[in-house]
Amino acid sequence: MKLDPTIRDQILAAVPSLRAFAISLCGNVDRADDLVQETLLRALANISSFQPGTNLPAWLFTILRNLFRSEYRKRRREVEDADGSYAETLKAQPSQTSHVEFQEFREALSKVPPDQREALILVGASGFSYEEAAEICGCAVGTIKSRVNRARTRLAQLLNIENPNDFGPDRATRAVLTGDDVA
Amino acid sequence: MKDRKPLDNEEKPGSMDTPPVIRRGKGQAGLTRDIQAKIGQQLRAYYDGLLEPTPDRFSELLRELDKSGGRETSE
Repeated sequence: MKLDPTIRDQILAAVPSLRAFAISLCGNVDRADDLVQETLLRALANISSFQPGTNLPAWLFTILRNLFRSEYRKRRREVEDADGSYAETLKAQPSQTSHVEFQEFREALSKVPPDQREALILVGASGFSYEEAAEICGCAVGTIKSRVNRARTRLAQLLNIENPNDFGPDRATRAVLTGDDVA
Repeated sequence: MKDRKPLDNEEKPGSMDTPPVIRRGKGQAGLTRDIQAKIGQQLRAYYDGLLEPTPDRFSELLRELDKSGGRETSE
């Protein structure tokens, strides 16, 4: 079966983001590339089950995510010391910027539980809607929302991002500046 | 893939999925929009830093697979 050139181009166009997602999941560029390769092989082998006109990136992300999860289960023991090893492998990636803030962010992200991390990345960085992320992860939309919220809360704690306007006059001041309702 | 939206703005007003507790301002789970925006910004910067042009190995792989008519299985 000859691959439709349009689909091939769409697959190729999705690779950079797919790869970034894979790196965020496993924290290691080599493993991420293997995951992407395996994803492309699976996708091509099952291309007949893809319905043209539906969301190709979401389909590819689903395959990659499932591959990662099955691998993750197999490697569970190895990955469980994730706090240390994940952060370490991230340091080894070909890094563009070694800005302190980035480094801190990576380390903080590595401490967010995997379920929450993937939800946050899909919605906050890969550009999927909550509904698409729910399909990719095979769970309810509400579950994705709650995972994203928990991931953010955890990151805010880890990054020590202060809540400047919890209470008090700051909130009202800010509301004036941003045009928000204070209520 | 849709254009990504700002992370601090994705919760629809009136969404029933989160319980109406600890809501402060328009943030959720106790996080203000400022904090959400900051996290969103850092997350995107991190992710964008991982984006690279499609490595050759993948375009070559697809070309090879296309030539050979696709593989039955990848196992």
